[in-house]
Amino acid sequence: MSLNDDDKAVISGFWGKASSRAAEIGADALGRMLVVYPQTKTYFDHWKDKSPSSHNVRKHGKKIMDAIGDAITLMGDLNNALLELSQLHAFTLRVDPSNFKMLSHNILVVMANYFPDDFTPDVHLAMDKFLAAVARALSERYR
Amino acid sequence: MVEWTEQERDIINSIFSSLDYEDIGPKALSRCLIVYPWTQRYFGGFGNLYNANAIKSNPMIAAHGIRVLHGLDRAVKNMDNIKATYAELSVLHSEKLHVDPDNFKLLADCLTIVIAAKLGSAFTPEVQATFQKFVAVVVSALGSQYH
Repeated sequence: MSLNDDDKAVISGFWGKASSRAAEIGADALGRMLVVYPQTKTYFDHWKDKSPSSHNVRKHGKKIMDAIGDAITLMGDLNNALLELSQLHAFTLRVDPSNFKMLSHNILVVMANYFPDDFTPDVHLAMDKFLAAVARALSERYR
Repeated sequence: MVEWTEQERDIINSIFSSLDYEDIGPKALSRCLIVYPWTQRYFGGFGNLYNANAIKSNPMIAAHGIRVLHGLDRAVKNMDNIKATYAELSVLHSEKLHVDPDNFKLLADCLTIVIAAKLGSAFTPEVQATFQKFVAVVVSALGSQYH
């Protein structure tokens, strides 16, 4: 299920339209994940306020989506592009990889919500593959 | 037994009472077949599924999408007993249709995304959580009679 040239073109095309709202998308996706999958809150015990509109969620959501936006520009070699982040997730954060799916799902939900006409099935397919590829690259250093 | 708050019941009823089945059903099913192409294995007799455009304009797929969505009505009307409501359908999907139950989740995710696109700002995190809880119960019920 690797990204082919069509996928990459579709992703770049869609991100061209969506990137201006990256911070909003990230914050909304993270906020939704914490509400819809409450078990994910266990990674954020150090935050008093984990509500979607909280400062922490908005700041961290932006950080995540900015990194994903960077990964889009480096789609050709995600393992190298995400090497340091993979080490961070593997050795410091130790986020169980199953959580990547939950965040990815919410990113897709937000994209559909914000861009109902542009988030066609083809875009959905390509973005789903891309986020799965990002998750694989992030898990690379786990063991 | 799944517990539902009054608010959750209201959310589910509200979503389904304002749903255009003829629009959402085909969109959800065709999206599933496009995003997860292996699900096409169950639709061998449905004509041209060669590419996304063919799938999107396929009238048999559209009709089936509407049918599947109306199938959810039974869960909406029997929220306190979804498992029993779908026992027969679960047997059908297992013994006659031979559908891998993992596929139910794929269709549920596509339906969630289609609804997210439709409802815009009304699709709040709380509404999403309730809707996902509802489809998760449906998915579980449909898989319950597999053995």
